[in-house]
Amino acid sequence: MTKRPLNLLWLQSGGCGGCTLSLIGAEGPDLLTSFAAAGIEVLWHPSLSAETGRDAIAVLERVVSGETPLDILCLEGSVMRGPNGTGRFHVMAGTQRPFMDWIGDLAAVAGHVVAVGSCAAFGGITAAGDNHVEACGLAYDGTEPGGLLGQGFRAKSGLPVINIAGCPIHPDWLTETLHQIAAGRFDRSQLDEWERPVSYTNHLVHHGCSRNEFYEFKASAERLCDLGCMMENLGCKGTQARADCNIRAWNGSGSCLDGGYPCINCTSPGFEEPGHSFTATPKVSGIPVGLPTDMPKAWFVALAALSKAATPVRLKTNATSDHLAVAPHDKHKRRP
Amino acid sequence: MSRLIVGPFNRVEGDLEVRLDLDDGVVRSAQVVSPLYRGFERILQGKQPLDALVYAPRICGICSVSQSVAAARALADAQGLDVAESGRVAIDLIHAAENVADHLTHFYLFFMPDFARDTYAGEPWYEAAASRFRALAGTAVEEVLPARAQLMHMMGILAGHWPHTLGIRPGGTTRRVTANEQARLAGIVSAFRRFLERTLFADTLERVAGFQSADELSAWREKKPASAGDFRQFLEISEALGLHQLGRAGSLFISYGAYHAAGGHLFDRGLWRAGEPAPFDASLVAEDTTNAWYQQSQGPLPPAVGETVPTDGTGKGYTWCKAPRFAGETAEVGAVARQLVNGHPLIRDLVGAGSANVHARVTARVLEIALVVIAMERWIQNLRPNGEFCNHAAMPADCEGVGLTEAARGALGHWLKIEDGRIANYQIIAPTTWNFSPRDAYGNPGALELALEGALVRPGETEPVAVQHIVRSFDPCMVCTVH
Repeated sequence: MTKRPLNLLWLQSGGCGGCTLSLIGAEGPDLLTSFAAAGIEVLWHPSLSAETGRDAIAVLERVVSGETPLDILCLEGSVMRGPNGTGRFHVMAGTQRPFMDWIGDLAAVAGHVVAVGSCAAFGGITAAGDNHVEACGLAYDGTEPGGLLGQGFRAKSGLPVINIAGCPIHPDWLTETLHQIAAGRFDRSQLDEWERPVSYTNHLVHHGCSRNEFYEFKASAERLCDLGCMMENLGCKGTQARADCNIRAWNGSGSCLDGGYPCINCTSPGFEEPGHSFTATPKVSGIPVGLPTDMPKAWFVALAALSKAATPVRLKTNATSDHLAVAPHDKHKRRP
Repeated sequence: MSRLIVGPFNRVEGDLEVRLDLDDGVVRSAQVVSPLYRGFERILQGKQPLDALVYAPRICGICSVSQSVAAARALADAQGLDVAESGRVAIDLIHAAENVADHLTHFYLFFMPDFARDTYAGEPWYEAAASRFRALAGTAVEEVLPARAQLMHMMGILAGHWPHTLGIRPGGTTRRVTANEQARLAGIVSAFRRFLERTLFADTLERVAGFQSADELSAWREKKPASAGDFRQFLEISEALGLHQLGRAGSLFISYGAYHAAGGHLFDRGLWRAGEPAPFDASLVAEDTTNAWYQQSQGPLPPAVGETVPTDGTGKGYTWCKAPRFAGETAEVGAVARQLVNGHPLIRDLVGAGSANVHARVTARVLEIALVVIAMERWIQNLRPNGEFCNHAAMPADCEGVGLTEAARGALGHWLKIEDGRIANYQIIAPTTWNFSPRDAYGNPGALELALEGALVRPGETEPVAVQHIVRSFDPCMVCTVH
């Protein structure tokens, strides 16, 4: 049975374009092969398509008029509502029209609406500071439901906006979701409480972290570049953050934590304003404020005290070293 | 005189509109419009200084590392901190991987697909170009995407991921490279060299890096059929279309200096002014906002005391882009500027004492791929797994710093001021801010505005293909431009 190909339209507004750049790094297979495998045709993408200027506007107009049915609309970047709700901080080139108006018209006719990245989902980095640009997401304004399309918005498929949150996204988060949509197997059960795909948010960044042994013994890093666990001192939110970053390799082998810097919880609404320095853990009476999700505080404190008392010298030493100072060794045989 | 509004421009990074005044099929003047304002300079105000390293890379998804490097250098300058030697090498490698990937992305995904346009259907080179470079469908892209992705495995090893690493610090990098990882890095770059030598050049990197003149490049091109390497195919099309006559801007070029390991720069800092080298003095940079939608200051402001107060986007002005000027003059930045300043004989021959052009800009970028990959191989050998990767120092409560570097697209500067332990002012001048700036108070156009003057519009064209080539020859990054 041959399936009708699904078409995909991609727009970019108040963002950095980094989700597209991350996406074209997709591997196993590459992005275009992945689209072909899912039966997805790119109607228009600002970085990849030939059509420019009036030809590109014509593509959008045909979608709005219903002449071209649209299966999947992807927005990358925040919705720019400022100044004073006019949308003039982003007027779409060649159209004299606020970009947010184009987004609204296109979302109204789309089968699925996908927010690509935390900007499009929640406002993201563009909404940081005093948010004088009035940036918001498609269906959220930070943690508040609403955004441009409103809490009750449903695409033609009946689904709310699908939020592929992340700053940037991992390419697989999007390609796998698109494959599920194309196969007709993406329903509400595939979304979490922020309408993010459970395929990656049913994990914590903590899962698979290569520093887990340090975590177990509360052997903490003190400076960025130390090998120890970054939760106690360096702001790491991996035990609370929802993503599979340490299970699914980035750029072949990496992750934030493997790269030596803390998780900043970039898949979460409001991550751009944590209320403290990104690389310092806020504490009350010496105890980190942000404890692991669903762990009773008293237990955490008790277990932490116990494990600190039991920390092997190897971990204690390595935790505050920028290189492996003490290697694991076999008790019965010395290294030459 | 008639007016043509061209946009949205795609296959550039971000959104762009160009307004053309035409007379007799010729562009008489152009206005370049950057239609998106996000306000990073305001976002950064009041933040803890080191948190700039979270926000700054997110200015741009394609020059993310360049933004990190500029921010880290500005902070290090403010702290009076030296970068640890192995960390410096690691930063150069991370930065080089991004810049080379950007050059590659520009050539294959952004620039070459324009030669597959129907308007060229009768040209002798058309069939080959269309089958190779057509957007989304050409045979090149399916080879380029995997090669690019594999090159970016360097980021997984050195920087956690790309874009938006937090691993670049004022004093170095957060991640030490082990001996086996050094071996893997060498393997990745070696595989990338193989791709370049087979697919892009059909020759060795050393041969390409060593071109001494335009004549030598032409002779090299003619020695093999155009199908031998994608660069050769570009050269043939460029010759046929006379791209060396297209898109001439001014004759002042700036490079802040690229890649900082080993005491100097791989590509020098300096000016190239009408065929002569000259030193660069950062104190002569100032931004004019006469035609930009910002509250006006008393004359152009140096970035160290720059202001960013947007208006409502109506009234005087036509863009969110400020107009940086060097001693009051418009300048061009980018790979062509870097290679002119650094004295590459081929690029100096292509530009001479005059202005750059579409052919020279693209050639400089492709040449740089060869030059930088050769350097990367050397740097990997210089990494010392037992060396120092990151220095640390306290942040003074009150200080100032400047961070200058080169993104793929050219000169990038961050200027910051810290008061009471918080960022009091943060100003960014990105490469495309230089190249796509609006007219200043004296009516002097920016580099692209100047380059578009004289472009020919074919009868009936609404998206003039000459304009497409000129605009994309700058490899614009619009999200950096305004930020």
